Amino acid sequence: MTTNIIDLPAVEYLLPGNRTCAGCGLAVAYRFILKALDGKAVMTIPASCLTVLGGMYPVSSVHVPWVNCTFPSTAATATGIAAGLRALGREELRVIAMAGDGGTLDIGIQALSGAAERNEDVLFICYDNEAYMNTGTQRSSATPKGVRTATTPVHGKQENKKDIIQIMEAHGVGYIATASPSYPGDLYDKVLKARDLKGMRYIHIHVPCPPGWAFPTRDTISLGRLAVETGVLALYEIVDGALSFTAKTKTIAKGGGKLRPLEDYLSAQGRFKGMGEEIVAEFQDGVRERWERFAARDRQSAGA
Amino acid sequence: MGKDEDSKFLIITGNQALALGAKLCRVQVISAYPITPQSPVTETLSHYVESGQLKAEYVNVESEHSALSVCIGASTAGARAFTATSANGLAYMCEVIHWAAGARLPIVMGCVNRAMAAPWNVLNDQQDSMSQRDAGWIQIFCRNNQEVLDTAIQAFKIAETVYAPVMVCYDGYLLSHTVMPVEAPTQEQVDAFLPPYRPHTILDPENPKNINQVTLANPRLDERGVMCHGYMELRFLLEEALESARDTIVAVGKEYEEAFGRSCGGMLWEYRAEDAEVILVAAGSLASEASMAVDALRETGIAAGVVGVRVYRPFPKEELREALRDARLVLVFDKSLSYGNEGPICTDLKAALYGSESMPPVQGHIAGLGGRDIKAREIEAATRKALQNLEAGITTKPTEWLNCHI
Repeated sequence: MTTNIIDLPAVEYLLPGNRTCAGCGLAVAYRFILKALDGKAVMTIPASCLTVLGGMYPVSSVHVPWVNCTFPSTAATATGIAAGLRALGREELRVIAMAGDGGTLDIGIQALSGAAERNEDVLFICYDNEAYMNTGTQRSSATPKGVRTATTPVHGKQENKKDIIQIMEAHGVGYIATASPSYPGDLYDKVLKARDLKGMRYIHIHVPCPPGWAFPTRDTISLGRLAVETGVLALYEIVDGALSFTAKTKTIAKGGGKLRPLEDYLSAQGRFKGMGEEIVAEFQDGVRERWERFAARDRQSAGA
Repeated sequence: MGKDEDSKFLIITGNQALALGAKLCRVQVISAYPITPQSPVTETLSHYVESGQLKAEYVNVESEHSALSVCIGASTAGARAFTATSANGLAYMCEVIHWAAGARLPIVMGCVNRAMAAPWNVLNDQQDSMSQRDAGWIQIFCRNNQEVLDTAIQAFKIAETVYAPVMVCYDGYLLSHTVMPVEAPTQEQVDAFLPPYRPHTILDPENPKNINQVTLANPRLDERGVMCHGYMELRFLLEEALESARDTIVAVGKEYEEAFGRSCGGMLWEYRAEDAEVILVAAGSLASEASMAVDALRETGIAAGVVGVRVYRPFPKEELREALRDARLVLVFDKSLSYGNEGPICTDLKAALYGSESMPPVQGHIAGLGGRDIKAREIEAATRKALQNLEAGITTKPTEWLNCHI
């Protein structure tokens, strides 16, 4: 059972007041991540919106040891922290690396691939807001096809979103999960579970971004839900290769897999405006194809 | 002299000497990526770790950028961290080289000096480490394999005293792959010399710190109303650490000499320079080569001497002013170049002499790029030529390229 939001620990490690934009999905997600880590972790963070959230010296919005690192080196710095703590006999302190989609799928992928291949004792969390939001919404490899960004301003992005989950699966990562700030109990459970596992773990959080996606700040949570209800984001975990749906996605699958039309998700955001019908159709086909693939694996895991 | 009877004489390469030095310092985390001519350092250290001779974490990373990043993570966590690289590997680290210094982490890195591509060239010059001179690392050059071992041990003590990283530089192939007799101290001797690392970065969930977060230009109040440094003040403190490292390097060198009976010099080392009228300046094994040229010059009645730049950063300004005070002529041999200007040692030396009482003429030379052989007799000939120019009243000549056939 997914932990109910009212049963989450009351203790706060994200202190009142931080520098993220109004309606930031990352800030919501991060609050629950820290509740799950419960003071048993050290985090390493590259240049990202999370750096902004952390605040500027000498004040900080987070009550957890933070080690800032260079943009490409998140997974390597985490590796080093873990190795250092091991050398000092302090393995009880868990090492969490957390980066944005650019810091994970683009500039950080070499170090991440290395750490995953070596099965480092690191929990890597990617918060995916689907572009370089901290620098002003430039396209990343996580940006969906058709989206207008500051560096795809006229025609929209022409390439598909990079499938980081398949990449992590190909590395044989033992625990992989997706999550959303709109489902905090599910997010909390996954981080808590991953925190106490050994070796490389990977959690991918889909994070709505009001200024980058162009939607009203009050709609962050409902937009995260729309992503799940339309199948754009499936909530699942993959444990040693076995994929199981969780939370709302599990409910949708149990109800026969009826997804809301993609249009509901696209029309709620300015970034998809002017997207050609062909790309919309391709997007919808992609969502459906992925859903079928995941659902088959989910059924297989349940039967096994 | 506190020499231990158990210390061993070995016939080893510079790379083996560096790896042995790291082992004797009981490094706790090693991370490196292979590159010629550094690779045997990584092989030797991984053998030490896998065979149980050294209790350390060895992380086989996928790049040099990650190698130094692992060291940064480990050093922040409180472990003694070590890496080594060469040329393009060092350049690939560039961003993290700056980070390690700014974060004030006492990491020690071997830089097995090699030419920078393009075109590809795996042989020796000093362009790689020279190109990183402004990053905030202490840079120490070694003349021979004994110095590689001794400098590695001193490097950790220096780094952990001033909280700045140290680059131990030695010439690729000329030292890295050449065997020489090296006296190895015992583990007990090194343990007595080098205390455990005391980190300034404590990772404590009860008292969490946000380490190296965004820092503004100006000082800023913390939550208790205490004014804290801005970026510029933190950078001033890094410079202050590098400046204070001069005394530390000399003191650690003396302490090492007392404990082990050997000296690598302080900021400089000198050979027959006391009464010399003509002084040859170089760094690394080229300085040893220049010693032979000096012997030959002395035989023909020319009072020549060598001043070796042992520590390139912090730059030995005062020491050079003193060492070159009575010189009639100074020749600098750089194995690297600041393109569009001249050799970096030459530039820095001229700047150090500016405004000093005696300002001897300085003749710059570029030598040995990409492994181009440079012999004592060629250094000798260059010296004679510079002397002839001086006799003819010519004191300002452009940089000479030795053995360059254009």
